[in-house]
Amino acid sequence: MSEERTPQVSTEEGHTQYERASSPASALTPRGTPQRPPVRARAGDEIHAFPETAVGEGDVRTAEAGSEFVRGTSLWRDAWRRLIKNKLAVFGMVVVVAIVVAVLIGPAIIKAKTGYTYDFIPPDSKLVQSFPPLTAPDGSFSWTHPMGTDSEGRDMLARVLLGGRISLMVGIISTIVSLIIGISWGATAGYLGGKTDDVMMRIVDVLYAIPYMMIVIVLLAFFGAQSPLKQIFLLFAALGAVSWLTMARIVRGQIISLKNQEFVLAARAGGVSTPKIIFRHLVPNALGPVIVYATLTIPTVMLSEAFLSFLGLGVQAPYASWGSLAQYGIQNVAIFPWQLIFPGVTMALTLFSLNFLGDGLRDALDPQMRKF
Amino acid sequence: MNEEGLHPAPKTQHPKPMNEQNGNLLSVKNLRTYFETEDGTVRAVDGISFDLKRGATLGIVGESGSGKSVTNLSIIRLIPSPPGKIVSGEVLFHGQDIMSLTQEEVRRIRGKRISMIFQDPMTSLNPFMRISRQLMEITQLHLGHTKDQAYEHAVRMLETVGIPEARARVDDYPHEFSGGMRQRVMIAMALSCEPELLIADEPTTALDVTIQAQILELIRKLKVETGTSVILITHDLGVVAGMTDEIIVMYAGKVFEQASTPELFAAPGNPYTKGLLKSVPDPTSEEGTELYQIPGLPPDVVQLSPDECPFAERCYRAEEVCRREFPPFVQLDAGHFSLCHFAEEVYAESRAVRAGAPSNPTQRGDAR
Amino acid sequence: MFRFIVRRLIVTVPMVLIVITLTWGLIRLAPGNFYSTDKKLPPAIEKNIRTKYGLDQPWYVQYGRMMSNIVRLDFGNSLKYENETVNDILKRTLPVSATLGILAYLLALVVGVFFGTLAALKPNSKLDYISMALAMLGISVPNFVLGPILVLVFSLSLYWLPPARWDGFPSWNLVLPVLTLSAIYMAYIARLTRAGMLEVLRSDYIRTARAKGLSERQVIVRHALRGGLLPVVSFTGPALAILISGTVVVERIFAMPGLGNYFINANLNRDEPLIIGIVAFVSIAVLIFNLLVDVAYGFIDPRIRY
Repeated sequence: MSEERTPQVSTEEGHTQYERASSPASALTPRGTPQRPPVRARAGDEIHAFPETAVGEGDVRTAEAGSEFVRGTSLWRDAWRRLIKNKLAVFGMVVVVAIVVAVLIGPAIIKAKTGYTYDFIPPDSKLVQSFPPLTAPDGSFSWTHPMGTDSEGRDMLARVLLGGRISLMVGIISTIVSLIIGISWGATAGYLGGKTDDVMMRIVDVLYAIPYMMIVIVLLAFFGAQSPLKQIFLLFAALGAVSWLTMARIVRGQIISLKNQEFVLAARAGGVSTPKIIFRHLVPNALGPVIVYATLTIPTVMLSEAFLSFLGLGVQAPYASWGSLAQYGIQNVAIFPWQLIFPGVTMALTLFSLNFLGDGLRDALDPQMRKF
Repeated sequence: MNEEGLHPAPKTQHPKPMNEQNGNLLSVKNLRTYFETEDGTVRAVDGISFDLKRGATLGIVGESGSGKSVTNLSIIRLIPSPPGKIVSGEVLFHGQDIMSLTQEEVRRIRGKRISMIFQDPMTSLNPFMRISRQLMEITQLHLGHTKDQAYEHAVRMLETVGIPEARARVDDYPHEFSGGMRQRVMIAMALSCEPELLIADEPTTALDVTIQAQILELIRKLKVETGTSVILITHDLGVVAGMTDEIIVMYAGKVFEQASTPELFAAPGNPYTKGLLKSVPDPTSEEGTELYQIPGLPPDVVQLSPDECPFAERCYRAEEVCRREFPPFVQLDAGHFSLCHFAEEVYAESRAVRAGAPSNPTQRGDAR
Repeated sequence: MFRFIVRRLIVTVPMVLIVITLTWGLIRLAPGNFYSTDKKLPPAIEKNIRTKYGLDQPWYVQYGRMMSNIVRLDFGNSLKYENETVNDILKRTLPVSATLGILAYLLALVVGVFFGTLAALKPNSKLDYISMALAMLGISVPNFVLGPILVLVFSLSLYWLPPARWDGFPSWNLVLPVLTLSAIYMAYIARLTRAGMLEVLRSDYIRTARAKGLSERQVIVRHALRGGLLPVVSFTGPALAILISGTVVVERIFAMPGLGNYFINANLNRDEPLIIGIVAFVSIAVLIFNLLVDVAYGFIDPRIRY
């Protein structure tokens, strides 16, 4: 993965600032001249405070804001090592994986064990009421409903897991939509530059100032409710369409800093077409920050979905998401608090973990943010 | 101008000025500053000792990463901690160990009795604050100036460092000044309280060549006028040549050679110093002569073994012993020391060259 | 500076018109209308009403009429609250939303900046970890979960605070909604402050300030805060605009008669004039607050010239 994603490494000696030359001999040209490329730091970085290790102040030049660090061959491995060291990020990763697995296979297990599904209303009318967690209808302890039941007697755990499926799906698919738009927009603007770039980024600036949530609300309120499935697709599109702005900016910045490097010139000199340069060479190189931002976009989108569903504009019955479950739960919060608390807390835990994972990825992928 | 600032420090601070007799203003003994990084401990400064006489100028020369800046930040305890830590050593200023002072006491020394000029004037001034306030701040703090006094003092200082129309420009923001002008402001700031010691950390590296000369000239002129002692840190031997009395050559956190300036230039006793001297462009040499460069890169201090000469990998004179044993610190002459297994031999060679004997023609080849 | 403001205002007007057009277009393209949802009227009466509101005219006439009214800041009458103009409703609901929003933002600012700065001063310390974990919690817990839980604990279990309803200012009724609203902003501000301060504290000019012999307090208050809080300043514009113009969820949970609540109802009722009125108002608010932030930026950072 590392080699093909960082092609500049093969053309230059890409040591990161902390890496030592593999062997002194390899750093020499026949004339005995050090071949090391100057290490660039971002504008405003504290250069002096670094311990003077392999390179120090003389070798460090301050480059323009947002430009990329010269990357080492082991970027991805390094990043992984740093990520693993970050306890909170590991916690986030474990929880996210656990929740994804639970959401995928949980409902099937529950069905096999207790026969309950998310929309199964017990035929016995005495069971059509909300039981507290871990309580059997006679008030004794029972594992049948670990999260209790809702007012129709449906199993809360099954509902929370199904809600999680939809919430995560909305989060991931909308993020993918935003990625597609944002990357295309940002990469095009950054690569073409000049007037096109000006106009495209000005449009982004203008869109930033629009209270887009209101427009999404109007859109969902007026076009929604045709069918529950259509509503979900509308959610993907609407949330994706309003979340791509920052992504476009990030990608553009990355592309601009990368496009002047030798390997692009080489590709161009070799007659590679512009779209090919963009998608073969530049996009893979800009990937680090994009991954980080995408990870952080998922919880944001999920929160927006929950918020819309909470208002009754998002996911609709028979489907459920954490937001719509919470809306349902809040109506009886004083009597049956578990109906709100379980979907709410599960959702908070998921977002919490995703955010920590995203933060950890950012620290791991951005050498400038490295902690000593 | 120097009636006040140059007097020995107030009585309360150093009851027993034991260092005063031998004329040392500053005496650094076995200073070690380490940084803890993910990759291991970086011994950025590893057992540095030197003395600075009152009114003298000391040059500290070395490649990037040799620990020269860390040395001087350690002197006024400005090492960011964590990750940095001053592990051991004494820094005797007027005989008083700065390392044993409280934060409060160090602060009273910083900016008043020991002040610093940093490398990059573009980023070393606060961009959000008017020049006047940045200058006034320091005299209000240390000299107890009132606002008006401090303001007048600031204008005077700007005039001293040669800022034209100082009064009109004192209220500007840093971004309205050019790089050279900003470095002048930094110097004005550093000299505001007439410090006894001025540490100039690569004061000209970030500047244009023509400006470099002006700034160096300014530092020299002000030094003569005020009698301040100066430590000049640089990677450029050309800079220290005309300005310093004594030079320390640092490499990998260690002192590699120490000598008076004329002696060092005339008869270097260390292969590393020789390399540095050779890589200074010689304007008298013929056109087309290749510029010499020391081969290889400064070592990664984390990876160094304590049982080898850190320069061995790049040294023309290195032998098997250099990779096996840490070199001794050899005294070559009064005040001339060199860290090398072959210090005496190298020194003798240098003296021979100076005496006019033909230099060994193979030696240049070896150095590649 | 003056020219900059004028220029920005000139750009602002078309932007607001674009947002309104977009909203209007969405409403018009959607199937159904106000009369098709709420109450079924006899065709004759509906026709009368349509004539009265100009709904029988071609779309461009309707659009033109609406725009010319809006330019005069006349948004017409609400369809749902028949006796009130949209402007009346804005006047009635804005104080509620603004009170909540301003209080919540002030709280968020004070707490967020305080803890963000503390965390930045001692990075990787216990305090840093705890405040940043709490901040992460603030970002991750949706306010429709936080709000009800606060109500559950403080009013329904402990009986300390009233659970809901608008009761003017000041009032104990404000405590829980303000806290709920504030949490996420507090968290964001703390994170922004920490990141901004960390960056500034690593900068050369902070080292210069320390080398001057200033105390750590002086270094932070005089030299670091200004640069470190710039990110918070740019966050303030849009955040405050959104907060003041109503936050739908909190207003619904706590039954506050604010702009956001009315906006949702207007959408559910297909109350076109009210929707457009509120969208226009919020757009203007966002743009003006962004402008104010840019102006403030100019005062804080002397390098920026307009």
